[in-house]
Amino acid sequence: MRRALAAAAVVGMLLAGCSAQSPAPASTVGAPADTLRGTVTVAAAASLTETFTAIAAAFSRDHPNVRVVFNFGGSSGLAAQIVQGAPVDVFAAASSGTMKTVSDASRTDGNPTDFVTNTLEIAVPPTNPGAVTGLTDFARPQLAIALCAAAVPCGTAAARVFAAAGVVPSVDSYEQDVKGVLTKVELGEIDAGLVYKTDVIAAGSRVKGIEFPEASTAVGSYPIALLRASANKDAARAFIDFVLSPRGFKILTDAGFGAP
Amino acid sequence: MPASGRRRRGSLTPVLWVPAGLALALLGLPLLAVVMRAPWGQLPELLAQPSVSAALRLSLITAVESTIISMVLGIPLALVLARSERWPALARRLLRALVTVPLVLPPVVGGVALLLLLGRHGLLGQFLPFQIPFSTAAVVIAQTFVAMPFLVLAVEGAIRASDRRFEVAAATLGASRLTIFYRITLPLIAPGVSAGALLCFCRALGEFGATITFAGSFPGVTQTLPIATYLQLQSTNPESAYALSLVLMAVSVIVLASLRDRWVPGVTA
Repeated sequence: MRRALAAAAVVGMLLAGCSAQSPAPASTVGAPADTLRGTVTVAAAASLTETFTAIAAAFSRDHPNVRVVFNFGGSSGLAAQIVQGAPVDVFAAASSGTMKTVSDASRTDGNPTDFVTNTLEIAVPPTNPGAVTGLTDFARPQLAIALCAAAVPCGTAAARVFAAAGVVPSVDSYEQDVKGVLTKVELGEIDAGLVYKTDVIAAGSRVKGIEFPEASTAVGSYPIALLRASANKDAARAFIDFVLSPRGFKILTDAGFGAP
Repeated sequence: MPASGRRRRGSLTPVLWVPAGLALALLGLPLLAVVMRAPWGQLPELLAQPSVSAALRLSLITAVESTIISMVLGIPLALVLARSERWPALARRLLRALVTVPLVLPPVVGGVALLLLLGRHGLLGQFLPFQIPFSTAAVVIAQTFVAMPFLVLAVEGAIRASDRRFEVAAATLGASRLTIFYRITLPLIAPGVSAGALLCFCRALGEFGATITFAGSFPGVTQTLPIATYLQLQSTNPESAYALSLVLMAVSVIVLASLRDRWVPGVTA
């Protein structure tokens, strides 16, 4: 702990030395001087790529001396890296299960906070060649259907909505992640797949999204947490606060995420 | 002769042993780590899971099929490649690049390319009365795309190293071209063909990116062993993934060790 603080202090001093020659950052009149410096490394779920990049840009306008570095990837892979000791300050996961892996290994500092939710949506090619209207269409064997594999969060969620709807899907492929499903919809190789609402919005006109009532049975929470190994806890905490702030929340909801 | 040969080999400067040792460590230690970490005690029950045995069976069958297709199509291609010396330089280089590209292309890109060609809306796929993606045939096509170059290049090397005078002699004795191919050329290059086929089989067995992109993943139909391994790794119980990795490694090492020094005849003969 003390060593981590000492390291943070050294990094801070080095960076302060580097930026001494650069002009002072423009700050709002009356606001307290910005003392945050250094680098914040954020490991975040792949589905947060666009939103967190936008949030970091806004955060950097408030704190010009803080550099936010991302490692985007599958939540389970990121969790494994953190448990193995990867030097990360903040972890934002796409499921509470993957966050639990990290907190069970006592790698988190304080309790994780749920900051958004994501809901499943049916994705079909723009012309909707299979005339899909709801979950029951997934049982039609003549349609090409793709879902996430049960091992990844979107696959678990898919299994839950089908159980709730009492539909047995006639699946052609269990993809390794949600982007695998989305790509095959975009290429028109499948007639329908289950992806997140945010994926449908990000894909724009390349896919058509269809909402369905059973989606409410599998709303996934996204938790964010400060990590114990962080060498720059003040800046890391400021970043988490920014994600949880109304400005951060707006960027996330604009992309299709829901309130926690 | 053997004595002087040994002395020459023994005179390798010790300085080279350091990078060579590091190279060997980089290649070998990760495999050792899997062996150490593998759940040996649970191995039988992990491998007896229906999903695992289905993936293993599918992988072995499709890899054998891909290897056979690669031999039927690849050996003639290797002959064309080896005899292309008199072609214009540009055509020769293009041909060689086409054969080599799948070796260096990220397999996922190969998978996307196959989808764009043979998919439902693909260049050719749109005219087909049946659907190729998500079928076992798609697995074989993806594996053949990625693995055939190994066979073609190994066989081409064997052809270049073979003595063409036997073929000329057979021709002067009145043998037809097809007879020459079956009775002279093929036996001459047989060691190269078997080496290439084994490499091709191992590459097909390990194929992941092109397969999951083009063929998808469905247990027993398109979910091969590497895909099952990856999915197990994503789950909360990575023990099965270690067990599957061990199986893939064991098969590859056994097959490759049977190659011995017969990579290309003429070099070690």
